[in-house]
Amino acid sequence: MSVKDKKDQNNQVPTTGHSWDGIEEFDNPMPRWWLWTFYACIVWAIGYSIAYPAWPLISKATPGLLGFSTRAEVAKDIAEVEQSLAQINATLANAELTEISADPELLGYAKNKGAAVFRTWCAQCHGSGAAGVQANGYPNLLDNDWLWGGTMEDIHLTITHGIRNTSDEDARFSEMPSFGEILEKEEISQVANYVMSLTGDPQDVTQVAAGETVFLDNCAACHADDGTGDRYQGAPNLTDAIWLYGDGYDNIVAQVTKARNGVMPNWNTRLDEAEIRAVSTYVHSLGGGE
Amino acid sequence: MSNEPQNQAPNLYASREPIFPRRVSGQFRNLKWILMAFTLGVYYLTPWIRWDRGASMPDQAVLVDLASRRFYFFWIEIWPHEFYFIAGLLIMAGLGLFLFTSALGRVWCGYACPQTVWTDLFILVERWVEGDRNARLRLHRQKKLDLRKIRLRITKWVLWLLIGVATGGAWVFYFTDAPTLLADLLAFQASPVAYTTIAILTLTTFVFGGFMREQICIYACPWPRIQAAMMDEETLTVGYREWRGEPRGKHRKSEDADQLGDCIDCMACVNVCPMGIDIRDGQQLACITCALCIDACDDVMAKIGKPRGLIDYLALSDETRERTGQAPRPIWRHVFRLRTMIYTALWSAVGIALVVALFVRQDIEVTVAPVRNPTFVTLSDGTIRNTYEVRLRNKNSRDSVFNISVRGDVSYYIELEGSPYQSIDVPADSTYLQRVYVLAPKGSAPAENDVTDLRIWVEDLSSGERAYKDTVFNGKANK
Repeated sequence: MSVKDKKDQNNQVPTTGHSWDGIEEFDNPMPRWWLWTFYACIVWAIGYSIAYPAWPLISKATPGLLGFSTRAEVAKDIAEVEQSLAQINATLANAELTEISADPELLGYAKNKGAAVFRTWCAQCHGSGAAGVQANGYPNLLDNDWLWGGTMEDIHLTITHGIRNTSDEDARFSEMPSFGEILEKEEISQVANYVMSLTGDPQDVTQVAAGETVFLDNCAACHADDGTGDRYQGAPNLTDAIWLYGDGYDNIVAQVTKARNGVMPNWNTRLDEAEIRAVSTYVHSLGGGE
Repeated sequence: MSNEPQNQAPNLYASREPIFPRRVSGQFRNLKWILMAFTLGVYYLTPWIRWDRGASMPDQAVLVDLASRRFYFFWIEIWPHEFYFIAGLLIMAGLGLFLFTSALGRVWCGYACPQTVWTDLFILVERWVEGDRNARLRLHRQKKLDLRKIRLRITKWVLWLLIGVATGGAWVFYFTDAPTLLADLLAFQASPVAYTTIAILTLTTFVFGGFMREQICIYACPWPRIQAAMMDEETLTVGYREWRGEPRGKHRKSEDADQLGDCIDCMACVNVCPMGIDIRDGQQLACITCALCIDACDDVMAKIGKPRGLIDYLALSDETRERTGQAPRPIWRHVFRLRTMIYTALWSAVGIALVVALFVRQDIEVTVAPVRNPTFVTLSDGTIRNTYEVRLRNKNSRDSVFNISVRGDVSYYIELEGSPYQSIDVPADSTYLQRVYVLAPKGSAPAENDVTDLRIWVEDLSSGERAYKDTVFNGKANK
């Protein structure tokens, strides 16, 4: 409502002199306590810069009277978490491998912890999804085919000591010879066709019979007479659908001619027992555990 | 207004002018008492209402359980993924505020805002302890700090502090079981968070209600700045019938009383105002439309034998009519107009949508996240396997057995990680993450094709309730 003869305090308040469509702007004073909050902020800032790290010096900032450090806070938080997990880690480290799955709480903890360990230490070779890298012979851990066994004990043993490394005496070791120095090219071609015939169609049917002879003479010692392999030697099963270095004639000939033998480090020097058991549980739970 | 503002050095800062609102009675004051009792009653008492939900569930009717991520409201239980209900309620609150502001101006500010309600309560306490306006003014002007002044001040502050503690105390009861927390609080065994929260809210209540008062509305609150956009010339708001009141003057003393308007300049409207303004200056930012000046003026008008309503709820459009001698339009003509109807329609639409959503939601839910790293796994016999992370939500207050099955192709079959069965136990009121394998034998269509449709069904065997999610199965074609 418009009032023409104003008698209120507004009469004493000057305007800024601005006018928009006839609307003028009062130049009201700020409340006094705003000024005091401003001064309080200054006092607070001085106190804060004394109590906390604030002033940059040449190599680092002033430490502050309270000795606060975000790094120390993180270290403290981590220590607290480790402290709170000490009990369950001890339980996990001492649990029977086959009995972890019987305790839902322990199993859930082991799988989550194992997933974290896996992504930190194992994913570099086996991939973050544990599918491995066939081109490099890093095994797929999701399927139900295991070179050295897929029970909890087998997985635990493999992770603890590794495969074909020189840093752990207990690492399991086997070596496929490079048959390029032993067999003729013709024989390698024959045996490749025989191996292909175990799972399906060979490239050249006429070579299969000769290849079987070559296989029994040279390969069966490890891969067994029927080609099903031998887990004690880490010799792959050649009769299934899973190929460590790839299927097909070329891949098989390449592996037979110049064998590649994958190496896995022993983890007992880098992970503690609870971590090894956790990551064993995790790998066992990915769909192929026996 | 100053004609030469540039020559006048304005004061940069001004001290607060203390306000001593006088007691007033009347219909709006009564309405405010009722609303104050209602809103404070709801706030303080709600956490103590009990609601039986079964053995394993909290029995507090309204509970925000942050630790377990649940919100309980009587028979409704909201999970975090159902936060859209809260968002919907907030949208309704916003639209409701628009509706009320466009129809009735700042009624929220004047009647329901916590700042207004608690300030009103604090002023009430102040009046009990120190007396009405004149007594408080005298006490304020009394320079000497005698025993009486100290006693009155301390009594008032202690009472304010107790209200503040109760206010902060009530707040924390919404977040955990109230009787347990109260016992813990009194035994000094409650969480430091509870004590800190109570301390902060006690302090804010004490300072905002006791000392800051109208300054919160004027300097801190954004709503007075926004509300102008919600109001128009049809909005009913508290105003002064200047055309009836002016020129104002003391009737008995004036020689030409006939020439004067109805306003006797008794300052009653100013003295009762908790914001310390003069409503006769017209609409202003500081006015929270608490309507106490209407009660004060009606009282005076009755005493001097004039009709009520010199200060009243009126709309700008009525001003032009009344100046030409016409009667104001009826209230319903101001309230029912296109704008308020649109707000009401929007508000109702959101409300209906929420109610529908509330009734169609299920007691069980399933979400399926296909594992894409890798998309499929070949097993030793050539079977193609896909993995799905299936999240099962059991919103019942009892444990349930969930059966998982799959549809889409006859060759599919299913395996659950860690279980030889197709059923799993899901505890009451919880979420369960299960790795589910769907397998298609070598040579089957889904195994050989690129992508095949797949539907994962979940059935609560206890209740027969079913839910499903559609996803796809990745075969080895093109891979």
